[in-house]
Amino acid sequence: MCLAIPGKIEAILDEGELTRTAEVSFAGIRKAVNIAFVPEAGVGDFVVVHVGVAISRLDPAQARQIFKDLDIEVGQ
Amino acid sequence: MKYLREYRDRQLVEVLLEKISATLTRPWVLMEVCGGQTHSIVKHGLDQLLPASLQLVHGPGCPVCVTAQETVDQAIAIAGRDDVIFCSYGDMLRVPGSHQSLEGAKANGADVRVVYSPTDALLVAQENPQRLVVFFAVGFETTAPASALALAQARQSGVQNFRVLVSHFLVPPAISAIVEGAENSVQGFLAPGHVCAVTGMEACQELAARYRVPIVVTGFEPADILLGILHCVEQLERGDAAAENQYRRVAGDDGNTVARKWVNEVFEIAGQNWRGIGTLANSGLRLKSEYEAFDAAPLAAPPVLDADQRDCISGEILRGIKKPPQCPHFGTRCRPEHPLGAPMVSSEGACAAYFSYQ
Amino acid sequence: MNSDQPDAQTLNLHCPSPIEADCIQLGHGGGGQLSSQLFNEVIAPRFANAELNRGHDSALLNLAGADVAFTTDSYVVNPLIFPGGSIGKLAVFGTVNDLLMAGARPQYISCSLIIEEGLAISTLGMILDDMADAAREAGVEIVTGDTKVVERGHGDGLFINTAGIGVREWPGVIAPQSIQPGDCLILSADIGRHGLAILAQRQGLQFDAPLQSDCASLLPAVTALFDAGLEVHCLRDATRGGLASVLVELAETSGCRFDVRESAIPVSPVVTGACELLGFDPLHIANEGCFVAAVAPEHAEQALVLLRQQAVSGSCALIGRVSEAGDGKVYLETPLGSRRVLRRMTGRLLPRIC
Repeated sequence: MCLAIPGKIEAILDEGELTRTAEVSFAGIRKAVNIAFVPEAGVGDFVVVHVGVAISRLDPAQARQIFKDLDIEVGQ
Repeated sequence: MKYLREYRDRQLVEVLLEKISATLTRPWVLMEVCGGQTHSIVKHGLDQLLPASLQLVHGPGCPVCVTAQETVDQAIAIAGRDDVIFCSYGDMLRVPGSHQSLEGAKANGADVRVVYSPTDALLVAQENPQRLVVFFAVGFETTAPASALALAQARQSGVQNFRVLVSHFLVPPAISAIVEGAENSVQGFLAPGHVCAVTGMEACQELAARYRVPIVVTGFEPADILLGILHCVEQLERGDAAAENQYRRVAGDDGNTVARKWVNEVFEIAGQNWRGIGTLANSGLRLKSEYEAFDAAPLAAPPVLDADQRDCISGEILRGIKKPPQCPHFGTRCRPEHPLGAPMVSSEGACAAYFSYQ
Repeated sequence: MNSDQPDAQTLNLHCPSPIEADCIQLGHGGGGQLSSQLFNEVIAPRFANAELNRGHDSALLNLAGADVAFTTDSYVVNPLIFPGGSIGKLAVFGTVNDLLMAGARPQYISCSLIIEEGLAISTLGMILDDMADAAREAGVEIVTGDTKVVERGHGDGLFINTAGIGVREWPGVIAPQSIQPGDCLILSADIGRHGLAILAQRQGLQFDAPLQSDCASLLPAVTALFDAGLEVHCLRDATRGGLASVLVELAETSGCRFDVRESAIPVSPVVTGACELLGFDPLHIANEGCFVAAVAPEHAEQALVLLRQQAVSGSCALIGRVSEAGDGKVYLETPLGSRRVLRRMTGRLLPRIC
């Protein structure tokens, strides 16, 4: 289950508690995404989006960890 | 795509495969719980690349597969009402009920629409005040927050014509059912990474301690899955049985407290009927009394299930006891274009995955 | 008997008997497995003849001594006008391309319009202008047609049917039956643009650089290959059902085994990203301006050079080969080195949540 894709917050469109919405870009595609569940996320952060709702803020340091642990250069 | 494609890198995958081979000293049986993980494994042919002594069995983490047939029938009955616009995720459209699928109901005139998000369904309700708009809320813990969001928004905005047919499932009781099953051969679990991004590690820790099995929170890209497998195998080789998080870039140990808060506002835990497995206590969600007015269930009674029409062995597939090619109907009476059961319908159902890619 | 096969008594039976659809569903028009079944099981048997059974984009006929190709297609797209084109442009280029796929130079097109009451005449005008422009570009004339009007609510604004006829100038029988072991499989352009352009319009997706349909005439690309005297055995354009449907159909019809490298298939980053987001497979998405060619191996390199010189096939690539062994299946080598069998999509394109 759970097709969830990482995208970058480009702008905040609405600041309501349940309606907090961001314009998120996924490799050149922009979509309005509800970010009510990631209040800590702001412009420039990556969030993981499932059925139009962000469920998590991606941790860039952790994202690099697997490459560090295995001593590999990050691919494109 | 950043934070996605890097985890399909061939060099990274090969290094992980080597490490897995080097770690293995005996055969092990692991289960990947989530259908999205099954899809990824079969699409990338990971099972071909892994050592033969490591067996992967596919679990019940596909909400399309486990939604009860009666619920599909009920959805079809509701969709058939003239006053209803029925909104659903695309995956559910081809799942067979007793007599037809939602796609078939649509062909027969029901107003069935595909939506990407529950909030899209709410929008349809706001744009069509004279019709009842029913959303088919299917999913596990990853998806429940989105359903809760739409319902909370509907209540706050005073929307009167929005209803939800709830079919939400919880993962931990399914893992319990598998481990406690008489024919269980699974020795370690790859826990669903996006479910854990919402729920946190607590349930995994509790299950690992109770059953003394390693449970590794695992992502979805090839490198993520191999990393989860590597850590699970390392534990098994050492004789450990702990919960571990190997998807930290997305799933924090504490999960998403805000999402859980809203799920708890709208839903409460209840028994749930799993297609192919049966009823499991405390394994699903139902609307709390404050949200009962949004329940779509009263809109139509489901037809009675004909007990004799059973040919799909989805129960055994979903519990990992059998593999799809062992079903006598696989590829003959049961194919994606005329499926007998849900695992052949869902793009990530084990049977469809096997059929599509092998 | 395989000891792995359980007998019926030991199975926990839970699911209903198969549902045989007794009415047409949207999936039957998707270009995937259901479409193929509808044709093979319901339509073809009733019209049985050798040419129909050839299973190519056009019929290859001999009419009073002349080798001709004859084809027809209907266009039912919604929205009628989309980034990169309109139903009018599709209706002409689609039929022109089908004739080209049979090795014929397209010459004459018919045009049947089924118009829904209420369509703005200005919209109809724009679409007809597109058809006229497309016809000029492809060097064809629209010489006959028909117009009908249906009541409001009975048609998506406008349905267009075009039929086309052309002379088979190029030597040989350009059809699946001519595919041979050893042939190189060349894809003329990157995939997925048309289907996603339509979907994006419908879903209100926004792009940094707007995604355009790849709707185009393949005349310059096909002409380049034949004018150079290259040995081309088969051509087929990828439309509904995507590249997957084309490869699977060609393999099935020819009875040959195809080996294709997934990493060799050109897909633009935007298409890839949109597919990830929506849960689609790029191989299933409709195209309107790219084709697969089965070319004799000694001419493959030259074919690529010539195709690259044409705007419509600038991103062409060698994606695979027809193998010596033959089982009529398409084997896709993944970027990780594993192998899987490629199949058509089942019905219509439905996004996944999972």
